[in-house]
Amino acid sequence: MYTKEMLESMEKVAAAREKNAALEPRRMTAEEKDTLLKTYHPDYKQSEFTLLSVGPNKGDKVPLELAALLQGNSRVDPAHTDLSHPDYDTDVLIIGGGGAGAAAAIEADNAGAKVMIVTKLRMGDANTMMAEGGIQAADKPNDSPAIHYLDAFGGGHFAAKPELLRTLVTEAPEAIQWLNELGVEFDKAPDGTMVTTHGGGTSRKRMHAAKDYSGAEIMRTLRDEVLNRQIPIVDFTAAIELILDDKGNAAGAVLLNMETHEILIARAKTVIIATGGAGRLHYQGFPTSNHYGATADGLVLAYRAGAKLLYPDTLQYHPTGTAYPEQIFGALVTEKVRSVGAMLINADGEAFMHPLETRDVSAASIIRECSDHGKGVTTPGGGKGVWLDTPMIELKNGEGTIEARIPAMLRMFAKYGIDIRKEPILVYPTLHYQNGGIDIHADCESGVENLFVAGEAVGGIHGRNRLMGNSLLDIIVFGRNAGRNAAVKTQKVCTGALSLSHVEAFAAELSAAGIHTDLVSPKLLPDYRRQQN
Amino acid sequence: MENMVHVFLMGKQYMVPDNLTIMGAMEYAGYQLVRGCGCRNGFCGACATIYRIKGDRELKACLACQTKVEDNMYVATLPFFPLVKQVYDINEIKPAQQVMMQLYPEIYACIGCNACTKSCTQGLNVMQYIAYAQRGDFEKCAEESFDCVMCGVCSSRCPAGISHPQVAMLARRLNGKYLAPKSAHLEERVQEIRNGDFNELLEKLMGKPVQEMQELYNHRDIEK
Repeated sequence: MYTKEMLESMEKVAAAREKNAALEPRRMTAEEKDTLLKTYHPDYKQSEFTLLSVGPNKGDKVPLELAALLQGNSRVDPAHTDLSHPDYDTDVLIIGGGGAGAAAAIEADNAGAKVMIVTKLRMGDANTMMAEGGIQAADKPNDSPAIHYLDAFGGGHFAAKPELLRTLVTEAPEAIQWLNELGVEFDKAPDGTMVTTHGGGTSRKRMHAAKDYSGAEIMRTLRDEVLNRQIPIVDFTAAIELILDDKGNAAGAVLLNMETHEILIARAKTVIIATGGAGRLHYQGFPTSNHYGATADGLVLAYRAGAKLLYPDTLQYHPTGTAYPEQIFGALVTEKVRSVGAMLINADGEAFMHPLETRDVSAASIIRECSDHGKGVTTPGGGKGVWLDTPMIELKNGEGTIEARIPAMLRMFAKYGIDIRKEPILVYPTLHYQNGGIDIHADCESGVENLFVAGEAVGGIHGRNRLMGNSLLDIIVFGRNAGRNAAVKTQKVCTGALSLSHVEAFAAELSAAGIHTDLVSPKLLPDYRRQQN
Repeated sequence: MENMVHVFLMGKQYMVPDNLTIMGAMEYAGYQLVRGCGCRNGFCGACATIYRIKGDRELKACLACQTKVEDNMYVATLPFFPLVKQVYDINEIKPAQQVMMQLYPEIYACIGCNACTKSCTQGLNVMQYIAYAQRGDFEKCAEESFDCVMCGVCSSRCPAGISHPQVAMLARRLNGKYLAPKSAHLEERVQEIRNGDFNELLEKLMGKPVQEMQELYNHRDIEK
């Protein structure tokens, strides 16, 4: 259990609680934030990045782990893969069974297309299921899509593609309405007013939630709807290479049964990549809040097929990953914990920052507190952390608030004997989100014709940092748009002969660049088996 | 030095450190998981697991990612359970008691054994939410079942063959769509956006040079 150092520090936190609760720490200035990020944010650690030698982003900076996969060997041998007898033939092939894939499937189905979903685990095994805090939409009278735009644009360091961000904020209220009409249970006041809170970097309270199961509630409802529509789902089946046609347009995928290892061919008029993020690549050795399959597969597939990536060098480290207990090391402690009143407190019981700065700033600030400031608490595993003072929530809002608003957090820690109503939580940043991804046009189509992208696999919606609640939003907004547009596009598509020549060409490019590796990609799943020497 | 315990994974004995979760123990033992592993954080229900401690009669259920190993633990994973999911059109059905009678009539065969509640990996009062569903009290059923991760352990223990998670899923959708109060401010905002009320403002913002956007951002009002 707790070490002596932890217990002593907890006493200081408890002693300072009332005083801290009354504070509202100053927000940092733009210059302070800039210096903080450059000094402490993992994205600025040059030694963890390298330049790509081949492909559409040749010369661009990406994390080492991603570079290895993007420049890895295909799992497919084009010379011995028969594309002439597809096992599946569909209009729209959706790769990925998370929120974006499900939203795309429903809208493509609405548009009358024949749709099929392939997913390497089960339908719903996705980061969507794990999103806790909420979903943004400017639907209150004191708010507007323009204010939402400014918050997200600034929070993303003015790097978002304006046309994508405009779509995100403009279609947000309709996304909430769409979900609500599918039966998603949002937190509401008795008169129907949505209960909304702040997230880091929001200037209006526009975070809609379903307790702290927001993503799970959305995901299970979308999955139920996909099942009701009897849209075919091929689960435990990964896409391991895109298939193009003789015009170089996307036309299907080579699939791998994850259990039997059988290779299958799917032909499609349009393809949607909705494969999600990359937390399980554990960039820079960070733990992750992501689900088991978050290995950037879609980026690898699209890159080999010729699609350009945007901002692949920017990752989001969620400021409050679990630092203790070790069994849930890296697990997400939702930002909503801070939205409802908990503050970040150092080892000496000091509230060292405003609790609702943007995620990159908060993460960098915690890293600084635990390193140069020397005010972190050492965990039994040898790591560091700062306190997220959860008892403060009930001090501010009354008893019962935690159980009503963040029951998943209460349960997660209770399993290890920690009552977050009485004891604070020890946290440290955890790898949470892939800010960058595949570059798309406003209609969700990538640089490869007939290849659409939605969800976390997209780059450019958020710029170089994402605000809380804008990813549950983007999977719905862009998932729906991708589904609709990919379905409409099928009416114009005349698929040519299927080909994997791009895979051969990419291999030749690698060879010409002097890259010889044993690594195959996409990665599909991490390997957590004990390393035996 | 790590303390080691004996665990029996599908009956086979392994020695593993006692600080691991069951999922961690399986990986420590050498399993490369494909089934029975999803979010690894207690939200997805992929790693439903049943176990018994040697010498103890009681059969327990848990999520493998959220439960520590114990000495002499006999573990069987339940990566899939054949729940019955009825197909319906959410726009056609109505939140009336007969919906359950039509789609999930087996809930009325509940014998009140409470095995579902005892086995719930989330500690929910499953039998109670089924009782609410029987009565057509979808709001209460939705509330009581809200934290369900649909792992299916309850159904595996049910002598009446009820697919509790699917019953609850239906109740929550009915509640969310039909019974919860409507949000007038949401409807209004969607209409304003359809009318194009914000287009000009957004276009103006999109056209501004970065420096001006920085000014606006750094000096924007933040709601208390």
